[in-house]
Amino acid sequence: MDDLLCSLPIWLVPALPAVGFVVLAVVGGQLPRRWAAVIGTGSVGLSAATTLGVAACFLRHPPADGVRIETVWTWIDVGSFEIGFSLALDALSLVMIFVVSFVGFLIHLYSTEYMADDEGFSRFFAYMNLFVAFMLMLVLADNLFLLYLGWEGVGLCSYLLIGFWYTDAANGAAAQKAFIVTRVGDTAMAVALLLLFTHAGTLDVRQAMAWATENWAPGSTMAVAVALLLLGGAVGKSAQLPLQTWLPDAMAGPTPVSALIHAATMVTAGVYLIARTHAVFLLAPPAMTAVAVVGAATLLLAGCSALVQTDIKRVLAYSTIRQIGYMCLGVALGAWSAALFHLMTHGLFKVLVFLPAGAVILALHHEQDIFRMGGLRKRLPVVFWTFLLGSASLAALPVVTAGFYSKDLILWAAWASSAGAPWLWVAGAFGALLTAFYSFRLVFIVFFGDEKGHVEHRPGLKILIPLVVLAALSVIGGFVETPGWLGHVTAFSNLTETTLPAVDWAVTDHHVEHRLQAVVAGITLLGVLAAYLLYLRPSSIPTAVKATPLGAWLSRFWLSGWGFDTLYDRLFIRPFKGLAQLLRGDPFDEISATVARVAESGHSAMSRTQSGRIRTYAFGIGVGAVIAVAIVVLT
Amino acid sequence: MSAGVLLGHGLAVASILFVIGLIGVLVRRNLLFQLLSIEIMLNAAGMAFVIAGARWGQADGQVMFIFILVMAAAEVAVGLALLLRVSRRVRDLDGDAVSAMRG
Amino acid sequence: MIALFYLASAVALVAAAMAISRRNAFHALLYVVVSLLAVAVVFFTIGAPFAGALEIIVYAGAIIVLFVFVVMMLNLGPSAVRDEYGFLTPAMWIVPGGLAAILLAELVVIISGTGDGVTGAAIGPREVGLALFGPYVVAVEVASFLLLAGLVGAAYLGSGARISGGDR
Repeated sequence: MDDLLCSLPIWLVPALPAVGFVVLAVVGGQLPRRWAAVIGTGSVGLSAATTLGVAACFLRHPPADGVRIETVWTWIDVGSFEIGFSLALDALSLVMIFVVSFVGFLIHLYSTEYMADDEGFSRFFAYMNLFVAFMLMLVLADNLFLLYLGWEGVGLCSYLLIGFWYTDAANGAAAQKAFIVTRVGDTAMAVALLLLFTHAGTLDVRQAMAWATENWAPGSTMAVAVALLLLGGAVGKSAQLPLQTWLPDAMAGPTPVSALIHAATMVTAGVYLIARTHAVFLLAPPAMTAVAVVGAATLLLAGCSALVQTDIKRVLAYSTIRQIGYMCLGVALGAWSAALFHLMTHGLFKVLVFLPAGAVILALHHEQDIFRMGGLRKRLPVVFWTFLLGSASLAALPVVTAGFYSKDLILWAAWASSAGAPWLWVAGAFGALLTAFYSFRLVFIVFFGDEKGHVEHRPGLKILIPLVVLAALSVIGGFVETPGWLGHVTAFSNLTETTLPAVDWAVTDHHVEHRLQAVVAGITLLGVLAAYLLYLRPSSIPTAVKATPLGAWLSRFWLSGWGFDTLYDRLFIRPFKGLAQLLRGDPFDEISATVARVAESGHSAMSRTQSGRIRTYAFGIGVGAVIAVAIVVLT
Repeated sequence: MSAGVLLGHGLAVASILFVIGLIGVLVRRNLLFQLLSIEIMLNAAGMAFVIAGARWGQADGQVMFIFILVMAAAEVAVGLALLLRVSRRVRDLDGDAVSAMRG
Repeated sequence: MIALFYLASAVALVAAAMAISRRNAFHALLYVVVSLLAVAVVFFTIGAPFAGALEIIVYAGAIIVLFVFVVMMLNLGPSAVRDEYGFLTPAMWIVPGGLAAILLAELVVIISGTGDGVTGAAIGPREVGLALFGPYVVAVEVASFLLLAGLVGAAYLGSGARISGGDR
């Protein structure tokens, strides 16, 4: 059995969805819907099954150095620059491919019903399969060049899928915005790769990291530069400050897209990149500080924005931005395993919140304004319970939810690790309060209260099954890593610490830990209570607060995401458009046009000598004779 | 038939005759007069040859003169025939009017 | 003898100058004939009697006569003379005159460096004939080709046949 499992090649995992894409792209239009659904979902499902097999082999027979490398073929071989199409399976990529393939499979199953009425059914599944293939390639890449290929590929698929309903120009604009903003980050990352290659001479991850550790002193300019540029790339893809403006608008895509790409997988690619290149980051303390600042600032900013949103998907978008901020914070504190753990649980519970939201949207016939929903608890019970569980996990309700364990680890690291500081813990705790508040605000507005909105479409089995599976996972998924007073299971960190460094603890007093955990649990419950008081009971406080001038201004300011869109519009877009207007007459072309004009006028001047008159020609001959004889005479 | 005529003077005469013919070609608009001026130039060239041949006491100068004569005859024949053609279309054989090859 | 040379040269030059400045075609032709005869005299004085004879017979006697025929065929009347007055304004002489003067100056400079040679004995037809059909016999044949070509071309062009092509 083991031999069978271990003979499964790693490349099968990304290859299966790629094959699905090719089939669907070529003949998908002619296939009946059932077949397109089977191919699309089946390819990802098979990929998930292969992941299980590969993982079983990896766990039972851990390879030397904790990594199993497989080179499929040599891609580029130019002089000293050799890049192979090689995949590397280690603890980090194992966790990622688990998340991507399983969650991907469940979302594909969900979309077979969600997108059932849509014309572009097979196109949708083709794009989704392509995305899963690229994402798997990204996380399995053994060299940074292949990683960059996957990076760009997921960016492309994100663009295609956000603008899926392309007949509406606003969707196209949102897709363009996403692509352009992430492009800024991608350019920074490309520069980082170039710098790394120029110095290390190789883009193979392990070799480059080893070279960096040997040759760059901690805090040296080169290391800091490369780390900051990589951070720039991560910030773009993961929608952190200052490149977070694209994610709320990206909700224009279908809900399964928002769930898969913009909650569970693509946006976590940034955190993955930082974890992959952790050696460089460890050599650059200023960069780590930058990561912490970015993470913390994004947390608070997005949390405030999430408080006042009225579109259900935008609330969840801001929530995603925050949670990734948490992961960045964890990474900055040196708690790599904790950040990865939070990445995994977030992938589960965020999708668990998005999918029911999608079911609600579908049931109410594409209504997305939460103030037009209400009292859906009785009409859509399964959806309600799963959404409640997802929100609880998001808010990190104690003990029962996976989110609690992962967030708790990060907060403890904020206090206790050698890079942590109390104010970071305070920021994180305040963030937990906000999370609890806005997630339960959502629950109470949508599912409780008077019944508004007309339920047209009750969700079928293909929607409900993934919801239930994810709900189960989001409860038990937390139990792979529990704190001291609950059994002290460290299965997860044991696995990840084969690749990522362990936390550097400064404080190891467990009593402090327990006390802080209790405080955080209390804060969370406080947040839930506040939401209950303000939104479940008919309360005039929210409207009263909004009516005050400060409240109104704050509400508008946070609704627009702290005015970043306006800022970027003034700072970049208007000058650029002005410049384009200025250059409209193509002045630089004038230079070459002038050459043409000079030649033309010279020509017309010369052609005037062709008068056709004999006398003129005779004159010309005479002048020539004079000159010729003069030359003879003078020399 | 013996006393020396200076070579330089002879050639000078030929040069002046040549230049006169040149002026005639450049100034006159009538094609007939232009042809005439060309004849004057040809004559001057032949004269230069004969004078040079006489200076060296050889017949080659006169031989060249004969060839020039032959060429002038052929050229005049064809040229005048063309002139006749042109005269049917152009008023007064105006050389400036036959400028369809302009540009 | 030398005085005759200078006199004949002067006549030739003056006649040529008059020829190019006449408005009546006939007058110009007659002046040209005078010039050619003067040149023939010059040839006689320097010991090239054959050349002189040919000058009179062929040049003045055939070529210019051809000109005369054409002028008569063209039937240029008084109106042509009047137009010639319009063509020949005094201002037109300036630039060609200047150019010609420069060329003359250059030629004179070249000639003045040739050294003074003296013309000697007469070279009669016998020597010329021996030279022609001796070393230069190929050139004679080529000249006959040229004459044939000229003959055919002139015959065709003068026949009045319609020539296709061009704007008619």
